[in-house]
Amino acid sequence: MSRPINNIGLKNLRNPATLFLLTIMLLPVILSAQKAFQKKYQTEMILAENGSVIELPEGTFTLTNTLSLEGKKKITIRGKGMDKTILSFKGQTDGAEGIRVSDGEDIVLEGFTVQDAKGDAIKTMHVTGITFRDVKTEWTGIPGPQNGGYGLYPVQCINVLIDNCMAVGASDAGIYVGQSQDITVKHSKAWHNVAGIEIENSLRAKVYDNEAWENTGGILVFDLPDLVQKKGGDVKVYNNHIHDNNYENFAPKGNIVASVPSGTGVLILATKGVELYQNRIINNQSVSTGIISYFTTMKPLKDQAYDPYPSAIFIHDNIYERRPGLPVSKDPLGRIVGSKYGQDIPHILYDGIRNPKLLDTSGNWIAGQCITIVNNRSQSIVNLDAEHGFKDMARADNLFTCNN
Amino acid sequence: MIRIVMIFVFGCIVSGAFIVEKPVKTYPEKLSAWGIFEGKMSALKPAQGVVPYGLNTPLYTDYAEKLRCIRLPKGQQVAYSADNKLEFPEGTLLVKTFFYPADFRKPELEKDIVETRLLVKEMDGWKAITYVWNEDQTDAFLEIAGDDRNVNFIDKEGTKQQVRYVVPNQNQCKGCHNADDRIMPIGPVVSQLNGTYAYTTGRQNQLTYWKTHGMLQQLPDISTLPRTAVWNDPATGDLNTRARAYLSINCAHCHRKEGPAQTSGLFLTESETDQIAIGVNKTPVAAGKGSGGRMFDIKPGHAEGSILWYRMQTQDPGERMPELGRSLVHKEGVALIKEWIDSMK
Repeated sequence: MSRPINNIGLKNLRNPATLFLLTIMLLPVILSAQKAFQKKYQTEMILAENGSVIELPEGTFTLTNTLSLEGKKKITIRGKGMDKTILSFKGQTDGAEGIRVSDGEDIVLEGFTVQDAKGDAIKTMHVTGITFRDVKTEWTGIPGPQNGGYGLYPVQCINVLIDNCMAVGASDAGIYVGQSQDITVKHSKAWHNVAGIEIENSLRAKVYDNEAWENTGGILVFDLPDLVQKKGGDVKVYNNHIHDNNYENFAPKGNIVASVPSGTGVLILATKGVELYQNRIINNQSVSTGIISYFTTMKPLKDQAYDPYPSAIFIHDNIYERRPGLPVSKDPLGRIVGSKYGQDIPHILYDGIRNPKLLDTSGNWIAGQCITIVNNRSQSIVNLDAEHGFKDMARADNLFTCNN
Repeated sequence: MIRIVMIFVFGCIVSGAFIVEKPVKTYPEKLSAWGIFEGKMSALKPAQGVVPYGLNTPLYTDYAEKLRCIRLPKGQQVAYSADNKLEFPEGTLLVKTFFYPADFRKPELEKDIVETRLLVKEMDGWKAITYVWNEDQTDAFLEIAGDDRNVNFIDKEGTKQQVRYVVPNQNQCKGCHNADDRIMPIGPVVSQLNGTYAYTTGRQNQLTYWKTHGMLQQLPDISTLPRTAVWNDPATGDLNTRARAYLSINCAHCHRKEGPAQTSGLFLTESETDQIAIGVNKTPVAAGKGSGGRMFDIKPGHAEGSILWYRMQTQDPGERMPELGRSLVHKEGVALIKEWIDSMK
């Protein structure tokens, strides 16, 4: 390879034709170098002894297939920093995710960026002890349904820590924790995703000191039917800055997040035991905070073991603000609320559908199950009465004090 | 800028030159060392004690042809078990060789052998080992990090095809061969082997052959045993049975309760009876853009409006199913599933 380059001469390198020629000549070299990178690190991940560290160098590296780590204990995959080690999957031809970690224990991913994966960016499944630190997942360019679904995607994991991470451009959720237990998501940022941060069918999660902005929905806490881990709950969301989540919903249809109204700050769907406090929930123009049952999604439901109602919800000491104006969402919910309340949309929307099994004979919540909403700055609440086609939709600003 | 690009390029070349491929400790570098084939390697003639077998409905992988063989340790037998599974003794070797006839209309002529995969049952469980054939087709070499290369062939209709064939890496083997995070064989179960194979000695039911050759013990009367339909042979089962057999072998290694796709709640084993679990009017969980804008995994009566159909016929790596081993659409398989969904009420 060295002779042709010498013949061209360095002076000619500014000539576009020469540059083109050079690129064509070097293409096989570039491709084989990419393949070498893929092979080198995939080999390291396969052969890594438990307890070892796999160091990724500084630079931008192009990969065409998933990098996977499987069946390992105490492994760290460490780049030189979020902005220094960039793994680009723009030309990915194989594999449904950028990085995949499965069946492991005490795995740490830190100091790198995964860009433009064809499917999900980083999926970890069946890992006990998974840490994402100083990791960024992003889809470059204008966000759209062509982007992959999830950025940081631990599923069926135990002891999950997501710290100091960033997630950009996911067509589903930027930071998504699904069917997992004992979770911390902190000091992280999510923007230009459909959902910024989502905790789904997961138990014992703490989500704090994060910033979620310019997503369709800032932070979602969902329990969905037809899954292996049926029940989530005991989720605390506090000290987050959740603002300007008014991005148009660009999720491919069929996915549950495709029905999240743009302009959503926090949405709690069918989850039990959620505490939302001391957050700044600012300028989310449709639904500052929503509490809904699965029925309000209008999706069919046949899973007998699934509880579609939210209960034991405690929302307090948050700061709510929004600019005057109609909801930005064109969804039915946005239209209905907009037609009734116009420019001054209440901050907290509750669909009013309660689990009859959790009510006493006079129709009050039994102890420990109620929905409490108190002491929020600019607190305003509407009970949507979704069960009766929004017939008795009404303001209920101070009716969620919950005495038992 | 140019200089930066060049430094990057040469940096990669230099770092590439220093790749040290540590050999996996216990396995031979060459396939020939296993003594699976006798004579000229590329003739793929099973050696003494190596028995070829077939499956009623096999996994589709980019139109590759496969030669499957089993070798049992001397004097050992496979044990029949009533749940359709077979118990293989320690030391069992399952061998699958992937190849493409140069012309599918004349499969007996020239062929391009790509890889041979071994599943070896060791004391602590099954191990997956992959060998990639050399260009001269004289032997295959141990490969743990995966590989890819272009393969050209002429299909059954006489059309020239090229496939970028991907040899999976060791981790990806377990992506499919996985039950509760342990490596498992997929194909050789009772119902899949309950069919005829053309042995050099003549055609015979495989289970009968195994029994009479002392390879299989405790086998009940064959007429009482389950039999997987042949996906493209209507004489072996109705549309529903054949479609379910096809989905089972192609999808259910992941899409079942013990498999890696359990997170989706979509379970495609033949024995699954819950209609939601097999996808009927089921909403997707984490399909992302794989939903193709469709609302349900299976929309009865409307294949093209179903995610299942969409993901089988797309070529986008972030959307297509199965995730591994398919870059070319299996037209005949898609047609079967389309007919099946379209016929649903």
